[in-house]
Amino acid sequence: MASLDRVKVLVLGDSGVGKSSLVHLLCQNQVLGNPSWTVGCSVDVRVHDYKEGTPEEKTYYIELWDVGGSVGSASSVKSTRAVFYNSVNGIILVHDLTNKKSSQNLYRWSMEALNRDLVLTGVLVTNGDYDREQFADNQMPLLIIGTKLDQIHETKRHEVLTRTAFLAEDFNAEEINLDCTNPRYLAAGSSNAVKISRFFDKVIEKRYFLREGNQIPGFPDRKRFGGTLKSLHYD
Amino acid sequence: ILFFGFGWLFFMRQLFKDYEVRQYAVQVIFSVTFAFSCTMFELIIFEILGVLNSSSRYFHWKMNLCVILLILIFMVPFYIGYFVVSNIRLLHKQRLPFSCLLWLTFMYFFWKLGDPFPILSPKHGILSIEQLISRVGVIGVTLMALLSGFGAVNCPYTYMSYFLRNVTDTDILALERRLLQTMDMIISKKKRMAMARRTMFQRGEVPNKPSGFWGILKSVTASAPGSENLTLIQQEVDALEELSRQLFLETTDLYATKERIEYSKTFKGKYFNFLGYFFSIYCVWKIFMATINIVFDRVGKTDPVTRGIEITVNYLGIQFDVKFWSQHISFILVGIIIVTSIRGLLITLTKFFYAISSSKSSNVIVLLLAQIMGMYFVSSVLLIRMSMPLEYRTIITEVLGELQFNFYHRWFDVIFLVSALSSILFLYLAHKQAPEKHMTP
Repeated sequence: MASLDRVKVLVLGDSGVGKSSLVHLLCQNQVLGNPSWTVGCSVDVRVHDYKEGTPEEKTYYIELWDVGGSVGSASSVKSTRAVFYNSVNGIILVHDLTNKKSSQNLYRWSMEALNRDLVLTGVLVTNGDYDREQFADNQMPLLIIGTKLDQIHETKRHEVLTRTAFLAEDFNAEEINLDCTNPRYLAAGSSNAVKISRFFDKVIEKRYFLREGNQIPGFPDRKRFGGTLKSLHYD
Repeated sequence: ILFFGFGWLFFMRQLFKDYEVRQYAVQVIFSVTFAFSCTMFELIIFEILGVLNSSSRYFHWKMNLCVILLILIFMVPFYIGYFVVSNIRLLHKQRLPFSCLLWLTFMYFFWKLGDPFPILSPKHGILSIEQLISRVGVIGVTLMALLSGFGAVNCPYTYMSYFLRNVTDTDILALERRLLQTMDMIISKKKRMAMARRTMFQRGEVPNKPSGFWGILKSVTASAPGSENLTLIQQEVDALEELSRQLFLETTDLYATKERIEYSKTFKGKYFNFLGYFFSIYCVWKIFMATINIVFDRVGKTDPVTRGIEITVNYLGIQFDVKFWSQHISFILVGIIIVTSIRGLLITLTKFFYAISSSKSSNVIVLLLAQIMGMYFVSSVLLIRMSMPLEYRTIITEVLGELQFNFYHRWFDVIFLVSALSSILFLYLAHKQAPEKHMTP
């Protein structure tokens, strides 16, 4: 049973945004009863049917690595965290809809995860600021999830949702807004569930089908060296 | 006014870097507390310098003190109670009456605090300033002594490279490998669990945790083999997760130590190392003095500067104009003490805040910090009296009324000694434990 293929997805975000609840909800379809601080990293596994409903259906294990901590941690914590960023196939960025700063920190989180290789060799391409070009070049599938939707008052909802839409555009990613204490948001068949399913499919595709040649139609040529370097890092 | 702005800035930049500031009241309170505390110190410095008229200084003191006490005793606890209560969702509707209740409890305990100490003097009424100051002073002095005791021991430990263990890259790599191996084990177990759950779900059984009396009975009698397996694996996973957390923390520790080693090789590092030696001597001397004070039950009448100068005059025969020099030197010393203590306090508070804050409780914590800060400042004014020459003590004595200053100094010494000794013990244990963990492969 453990011989199914596996994919690794990181779940990143500030402290207290609800990553552990989210992961628990995704993997066990149950609400997490007593959320507590994540020290280090906690992993959970979801069994996913790739291309469900088609004859090419195949089951994969998706490992969700939920890394704890904040962007402003000491560099010793950051170095330890970097050990988890090896051979990542996809990233889920989690932010808190009630807290604007957590969405701003998402840029730094993605820089930390994607720049892992450059940081280790001591050469930073950017000085830690958000670099749009680098994201345009990015091949790693990203998904942005906003949590604590229930705590936003009805009147403010529209403004918050437009802001998150901009955020998703910046990252060139899909976005989902939900409440981790309510399994209704991820019920089978809802648009959220479809988006998540599509995201996982994309991750699996990039991981397994990219190496077997260009099976994905319309795959654009990578002109910059940095881009190809990143894709070679998938084990 | 300047201080107000500074407090505001500090709040925004350091403390609330990751959170949105929603309640402006909190911010205002914090900055106001900070501003008034700094004004107190400003007044001390004015005192020494002789700026402003004596009577106007007196007036400023009184006013300042009143305001601070008001804030410390009335407003801050009230707001703390308010925020704590609003965090608990159950009582959301009746916030106001509950917070009043909390505040009354606080006042009650506050009053009770004064009983075992020799503070109550029959000359003054219940709500006089002396009473309030005395109680605030007690709490503040305790806090100060605890913090400085710990700081006095921690400071040489951190700065001196003598205590740094040798960490090599291979150690770190080995730990990282272990960490990843543990994660892999956790993953494989979780995969089994997930697959088992899926097959059970497809077969129509639902694995639910036994809830309630009947649930437990059911699980005892009709136990499906699947769910039994699950709980077993779950326990193994829990143990492995605990292990992974430990490994993570150890790795972080090693990285931090390695960075410190590298830092100590640089120029700045050497400079701090030297300072560390100096500080450690100073701290040891302080501990020694505290012990002597307690054992011989004596409280210094003259401040150390004047005494130091007297000693030099007597022993070395150098002609000093004692008055003149003592004034300047004590001023400088007092200034240094004030600045370093403020800085140290702010840094400690920031670290503390980062360590335990979360989105919900950030407001409460900031208020707590403001409270602590206010008490700290008030009590440091009390204690600074010790380090100043006689003629400047008069105004503080005048303003603060008849407090038993000697008592405070004794109390400070006792707590200081206790906390210093306990932190020495604690650090010694931690230091001994750590190398053993790394020696075993």
